[in-house]
Amino acid sequence: MKIVVPIKRVIDHNVRVRPTADGTGVDSASVKMAINPFCEIALEEAVRLKERGLASEVLVVTIGTAAAQEQLRGALAVGADRALLIETERALEPLAVARTLARIVEEERPGLALLGKQAIDSDDNQVGQMLAALLGWPQATFASALELEGAKARVTREVDGGMVTLELALPAVVTADLRLNEPRYARLPDIMKAKKKPIERRALEEMALDLPAQTEVLAVETPTPRQRGVILDSVDALIDKLRNVEKVIP
Amino acid sequence: MSSLILIEHHDGRVSPACARVVAAARKIGAPIEALVAGYRVDEVAAQAARLDGVSRVLVADDARYADQLAEPLATLLAAHAKRYGYLLAAASTFGKDVLPRAAALAGVGQISEVIEVVDPATFKRPIHAGALVATVRSDAPLKVLSIRATAFESVGEQAPAPIETVEAQGEALGARFVESHREASERPELTAARVVVSGGRGLGSKQNFSLLEGVAGKLDAAIGASRAAVDAGYVPNELQVGQTGKIVAPDLYIAVGISGAMQHLAGMQGAKVIVAINRDEEAPIFQVADYGLVGDLFELLPELERKL
Ligand SMILES: Cc1cc2nc3c(=O)[nH]c(=O)nc-3n(C[C@H](O)[C@H](O)[C@H](O)COP(=O)(O)OP(=O)(O)OC[C@H]3O[C@@H](n4cnc5c(N)ncnc54)[C@H](O)[C@@H]3O)c2cc1C
Repeated sequence: MKIVVPIKRVIDHNVRVRPTADGTGVDSASVKMAINPFCEIALEEAVRLKERGLASEVLVVTIGTAAAQEQLRGALAVGADRALLIETERALEPLAVARTLARIVEEERPGLALLGKQAIDSDDNQVGQMLAALLGWPQATFASALELEGAKARVTREVDGGMVTLELALPAVVTADLRLNEPRYARLPDIMKAKKKPIERRALEEMALDLPAQTEVLAVETPTPRQRGVILDSVDALIDKLRNVEKVIP
Repeated sequence: MSSLILIEHHDGRVSPACARVVAAARKIGAPIEALVAGYRVDEVAAQAARLDGVSRVLVADDARYADQLAEPLATLLAAHAKRYGYLLAAASTFGKDVLPRAAALAGVGQISEVIEVVDPATFKRPIHAGALVATVRSDAPLKVLSIRATAFESVGEQAPAPIETVEAQGEALGARFVESHREASERPELTAARVVVSGGRGLGSKQNFSLLEGVAGKLDAAIGASRAAVDAGYVPNELQVGQTGKIVAPDLYIAVGISGAMQHLAGMQGAKVIVAINRDEEAPIFQVADYGLVGDLFELLPELERKL
C-alpha cells in the first residue's frame, strides 16, 4: 500500500513573525523555514508504517516554489521514498490545495493520505477534511494513534471532551495531531543520500485545474500587545489585587 | 441571504459555544437559522430554538447522525448550503472536523477561527499562533466561517422559534464509530470556566498537579495545562491550552510553572486578568501577566490555597 503525505513549507515555529512593510502579508524574507511540525508528524507515521511492513511506498508532495525542494529533501532524508513538487508562485487557498492534492491522489491511488492537522502559519485546519470530501473518502482528524489492520484503519482522535476511536475503510484520509509520534532527526548519511535522490517536478499551471481565488487578505497586523503588569512581592498582595482591584475572586 | 448555524450538541445539550456563534451571526446581520442533526434530538432542537436571534430550526433526526461523524453531516450541510449566504459553526474539534468537509462539497473555501466580523464580507482571524491578525475578504457566494467562540459574548434566550423537520441524507462512507473516552471531572469545563488555573512542566509530576486542585477548588476553577505538562503525562490532553489545544478566555487565568511560549499564549491571551507564578523572573509569561509572583511554586501554591 502506498501512502501519500502532503507537506507544507512554513516559517519555523521559533521565529517571531512580523507583517510586511505594506501591512498586507507576513514577512518571510530571510527567515528560517521548515516543514510544518504537523506534517513532520504525519511523515514520521508513514515512515514507521513502512518500516513495520504495512506500507510499500511513501510519497511526499508539496505545492509551492522551487525553494520547497529543501523541505522535500528533508523528507527524503527521514525515509520518504519519492518526492513530488507541484511548482507555482501562487499562494493557494486551502480548497485549491485540496483540489490539487486530489488530482495527485487520483493518479497515484494510495491507500492512505496522511496529513498534518493544521499548518502553523495560516492555522486553517482544513486541507485534510477538504481532500477527504473531494475524494469521497472517510476521514479521521486529530489522530493520536493509528493502526492498520488489513483494509481498515483504526484511529484514536483527540477531541474537546476526550478521545474518540473510529474505524475507517481504506482508502482514507487521516490528519495527525501532536501526540501521534515524536518525529526523528535525519542522520547525516541519510541527508547526504537524500541530496542525490531525484525530486519530480510538475508545473501547477500545466495540471489544468480550476483554482479560483475566493478570499483576499486586506491586512496583516500585530495585535495590540497586553500591557506588561506588575511583579508583586507576596501572596497577600496578589489576593488583595484580585479581590479588591480586579474583583475577579470573592 | 440567511445564515445557517450547525448546532453542536453533546449528551442531549446544545454546546455553550453555540450561543456565541449566534452572536457572531448576529454581527453579520442576515436572518439566522440553525441546523440540528443527530439521533433523538427533540430536546436539543428545543434548546436551539431558544437561542436569541434564531428564526427557524431545521432538524434532521436519524440514526446515521448518532455518532456525529463528519461524513454524513457534511453531506447534509452541503445539500442545504445552497439556500444560504453563510454557514457557521464553532471552531471546536467538532466544527473543525465537519465544516471544511462541507465547504469543499459545496465548492467554496472556509475562513477559520473568525474573531471579528468587520462587515458581512470581511472578517478578522488570528494567524501564526495569534502572533498576527489577518483581515480577509471573501467573494464566495457562500461564506463558510468557523467561529472562535471565546471572541464573542453569548446571546440570551428568546421565545422559541419554529422547528421544522428535514430529510436525513449522507452516508458514513466506510467510517464507523468504535468508542469514546471522556475524562470525568468535577471541575467546570475549561472553555466555559470563569477562572482557569493552569500548570506547566514546572509542576514536575502528575502527583504535584494536585497542588493546583487545591487552589482550583477554592476558586471553582477549571484546570488547564501547557503542552509540556500534557506530553510529560501529568494530565490528559483535553486540558491543553494553546494554539493547538483549547482557546480559553476566563476572567482570571493563573499560569503556574509555565514559561509562556507563543503557542501557549495563543490559547489564553484573551483572559481578562492573567497571573503568573514562576521562579524565573525572565520567563516570557511575565510579559503578558497582569500580576506576577516570582518564586518557588511549591511554596507559593500551598500559601495561596491556605489564604484564599
Ligand atoms: C507546533 C507546536 C504546537 C504547540 N502547541 C502548544 C499548545 O497548544 N499549548 C502549549 O502550551 N504549548 C504548545 N507548544 C509547546 C510550546 O512551544 C512550549 O514548549 C510549551 O508551552 C512549554 O510548556 P511549559 O511552559 O510548561 O514548559 P517549560 O517551557 O519547560 O517551562 C516550565 C516553566 O516552569 C518554571 N518552573 C520550573 N520549576 C518551577 C518551580 N519550582 N517554581 C516555579 N516555577 C518553576 C520554569 O522557570 C519555566 O518557566 C507547541 C509547540 C509546537 C512546536
